[in-house]
Amino acid sequence: MPDNLQSLVDALPRLGEGVVVTLQLTLGGAALAFVLAVALGLAARARSLWLRTPTRVVVEFFRGTSLVVQLFWLFYVLPVFGFRLESMAVGIVALGLNYGAYGSEVVRGSLNAVPVGQWEATKALSLGPVHRVRRVILPQAWALMIPLLTNLLIQLLKGSALATYILLHDVNYEIGQLRIATRDTFFSYAVGLLVYFALAYVLTLGMNALEVRAKRRVGAGPTLREVVRLAPVPTSVGAGAA
Amino acid sequence: MPEPHAPTPAGDPTGAPAIELVDVVKRFGATTVLDGLSFAVAKGERVALIGPSGSGKTTILRLLMTLEEADGGFLYVDGEPYTHEVRDGRRVPIPEKRRRRVRRRVGMVFQQFNLFPNMTVLGNIIEAPVHALGLAREEAVARADRLLEQVGMADKRDARPTALSGGQQQRVAIARALAMDPEILLLDEVTSALDPELVVDVLEVLRTLAETTDLTMLIVTHEMQFARDVSHRVLMFDRGRIVEEADPETMFTAPTHVRTQAFLKAVLG
Repeated sequence: MPDNLQSLVDALPRLGEGVVVTLQLTLGGAALAFVLAVALGLAARARSLWLRTPTRVVVEFFRGTSLVVQLFWLFYVLPVFGFRLESMAVGIVALGLNYGAYGSEVVRGSLNAVPVGQWEATKALSLGPVHRVRRVILPQAWALMIPLLTNLLIQLLKGSALATYILLHDVNYEIGQLRIATRDTFFSYAVGLLVYFALAYVLTLGMNALEVRAKRRVGAGPTLREVVRLAPVPTSVGAGAA
Repeated sequence: MPEPHAPTPAGDPTGAPAIELVDVVKRFGATTVLDGLSFAVAKGERVALIGPSGSGKTTILRLLMTLEEADGGFLYVDGEPYTHEVRDGRRVPIPEKRRRRVRRRVGMVFQQFNLFPNMTVLGNIIEAPVHALGLAREEAVARADRLLEQVGMADKRDARPTALSGGQQQRVAIARALAMDPEILLLDEVTSALDPELVVDVLEVLRTLAETTDLTMLIVTHEMQFARDVSHRVLMFDRGRIVEEADPETMFTAPTHVRTQAFLKAVLG
């Protein structure tokens, strides 16, 4: 065991680099996924069949095909057609497309969950279609979609471990290296579990903070400061609403 | 207060009615809610629509706000075709761009208020004037402050809608609709979702509004006293048809149709 600890200490700088790679993949993939999710989620609600049909096809395709296969396609097959991307770019694009497809369903569902009266009020006030979504509907849908997006973000983090197969030295790869150095499978994969858990937990905390803020913005729930301090929530919040 | 007067025929550029419905049909699935309904509302006229639930009153307002699409017939605002017109002998929908121009003259207050929870009271009121009418922000704020004063909500200017009572929310919603400076105001059962003690304030605001402006108003309400006090004319609806039409005095004291008599007896006791 002390040998293992020594190996772990020796491996820490490399493990740290692995964490950086995993975070780059996760945050890059999540950013791309979010943009795609909002775009596809909005398009899925469009009245025009010319917009809705391709959206449906894209979503079903990227949701329905394996992330590993998508990674391999981008990494090994696209170069055959003379289109070569770096490993990191491939990882981000694949994660973005895959989780963007899932996310679009979350966005679509959240938009549908905003009370129809809100849409009607924007129409009665002659607000344009883009403006009504940006200023009125999305801020309310945003508060609803965050918990579901948190789930996807955690899944995306764990899905990023597949990047090892496109030659990226992420956490998963470095854990493998640790196993080789220590020849202790139990120990090295236990470290692996802990590292991924810690990363996931940090992401969850961040998303929870976003959720509290988003809810606060639509006039529901306590402020972030109140939550962090665990102070009792003043009863006046939300009271009096008929 | 303008005298109650008969609606003028459509097409007359000087005296076109503010609102005219011609042969309007509306179905929801297999149910026909409106079956060839026609009536007109003159400029500045306040018309109350009364009748049992499901008689199509709210549907009329929703058609006029283009929240629903008529299955047949025509809607005119100031004599101008609004949602459909006849071209080459066929009834064709009018493109959204033209509808939008007409829609700006129409405002609506909803039963459920529908204030935007992500904006303050002031934000709710200035949003559309600034972004849909292109008013300068200062001008919109000045207008909003004036309207908040008018509806007795000036002290809640920076509050969130969720922190207000239903009656307060509805008064803000009235100010929000008025901030668009509409020619026509549609009131859809604006007190139905309120606790009884909050109804008075909202109705008081609307009474004052009726007395001090020449806004054309179409009022769907179950508050018979209110309908009687503010309207020039009352239309009694039953199953999507106007069964009786009279000035408020006559309607509430000497209704002639048996359906009206039964309805008024049921709601007034």
